[in-house]
Amino acid sequence: MLAKRIIPCLDVTGGRVVKGTNFVELRDAGDPVELAHLYDQAGADELVFLDITATSDARNILLDLIERTAHCVHVPFTVGGGIKSRSDIRDILNAGADKISLNSAAIRNPSLLQECSAYFGAQCIIVAIDAKAVDHASQTHPTEILAAIQAQGITSDLALDSNSHWEVVINGGRLRTGIDTLKWAKWVSDHGAGEILLNSMDKDGTKSGYDLPLTRGVSQVSECPVIASGGAGTLGHIAEALNVCEAALLASLLHFRELSIEEIKAYCMSQGLIMRL
Amino acid sequence: MTTIAIIDYGIGNIQSIVNSLIAVGATPIVTRDSADILSAQGIILPGVGAFGEGMANLRKYQLIPIIFEAVRKEKSILGICLGMQLLFQESEEFGHHLGLGLIEGCVKKLPSQPGEKLPHVSWNQLYPPTSERWAHSIFQESVPGIDMYFVHSFAAYPHHKADILSETPYGDTFFCSSVQRGTILGCQFHPEKSGPAGLTVLRNFVQIVTLRN
Repeated sequence: MLAKRIIPCLDVTGGRVVKGTNFVELRDAGDPVELAHLYDQAGADELVFLDITATSDARNILLDLIERTAHCVHVPFTVGGGIKSRSDIRDILNAGADKISLNSAAIRNPSLLQECSAYFGAQCIIVAIDAKAVDHASQTHPTEILAAIQAQGITSDLALDSNSHWEVVINGGRLRTGIDTLKWAKWVSDHGAGEILLNSMDKDGTKSGYDLPLTRGVSQVSECPVIASGGAGTLGHIAEALNVCEAALLASLLHFRELSIEEIKAYCMSQGLIMRL
Repeated sequence: MTTIAIIDYGIGNIQSIVNSLIAVGATPIVTRDSADILSAQGIILPGVGAFGEGMANLRKYQLIPIIFEAVRKEKSILGICLGMQLLFQESEEFGHHLGLGLIEGCVKKLPSQPGEKLPHVSWNQLYPPTSERWAHSIFQESVPGIDMYFVHSFAAYPHHKADILSETPYGDTFFCSSVQRGTILGCQFHPEKSGPAGLTVLRNFVQIVTLRN
């Protein structure tokens, strides 16, 4: 049986791990290499490293940091943030990452997903989706990004409709896309995503629990494994997420030592989930 | 120190294998040079990616005759993930491709199973096909049911049951998660990404290689 996975996430900017609420109010959480080593030793099933600034001039510093982080990690190591091309992916894999995560770039250029998946293999490509609840009453839906994608003629209809609950947002949550999260999740799963890293913008940093309806919805439409992110506050939240998807991403709870990986796994096993010890 | 040549054919993540070999006390050398490969005590054929691309790159760098020469000299060779699949005769991934043919059998997509997702991504268990199969192997002190890390959609189906070194459950079925035919070894999982248990497998490989030389 497949074990459910506990994945610490390092949100990195300026060479430091940070954590905020709803992608703002960033707070320092430590050194990425030190934290990576700590989590590797503590039984993390994987590690995710997200470059949340991802400016082009900082690229080489970032590759050096990825390389130093990878050195102390003997479990799968994913890097995301600002990846725009096949050569970006090549560089990051060469620095020691095992998988990369595409977010905005997959939206801007869906053919990049197909191309990279065929070249590197689907198992190496995670598509990160930031989702936010749709307020049908007060919002008009943006059409510009959507129109640009549809013009490429490779995607199915992705537009928000009256049944949509969640919209895809990009650029760290600052930009709405008019794209329905479930339609997008299905499309990426059918076109080369090896995994989906699903982050709830509404829940991120709130500690009020993962967005279960969203996670369940995405899990049901996608063939590939789903990693839930955003909102974990208690052991119970983690176990309930793992009942509807394959893995749980954790940041501040671990960084600020509110919970340990060991106690999370012990609790999840007590709830009948299969975990790796 | 035992030198292990990691074949560099421009595909997949080599750095994590380098890091892990150093962690178990071996000297890794990343190379596509025939003298380097043939003088190393053991060889690792890594690989993450698509089968067709993998074979094309082995051809492009003229590595296939070198691998055959190493096998003829009975050097221990360990294929990891795609590297294991390439040891087989053929694959159905994105079309039909011929492999190295060092182990008889083919590579096929895992059968879809109710409640299981594809790609098969996660920690999953390994079991020996028979109770003695793991003695003196890379799993010599591993406990049946040990967890290793997998990321793949395709799996190898060896023609000879005797080549199967371990099996792993997937839905209602089992697939071949590692093979051994003489000095030729393959792991579908990633020992370099499987924490302490994976490092033990690599340490055993290095030890087997050292004892043979």
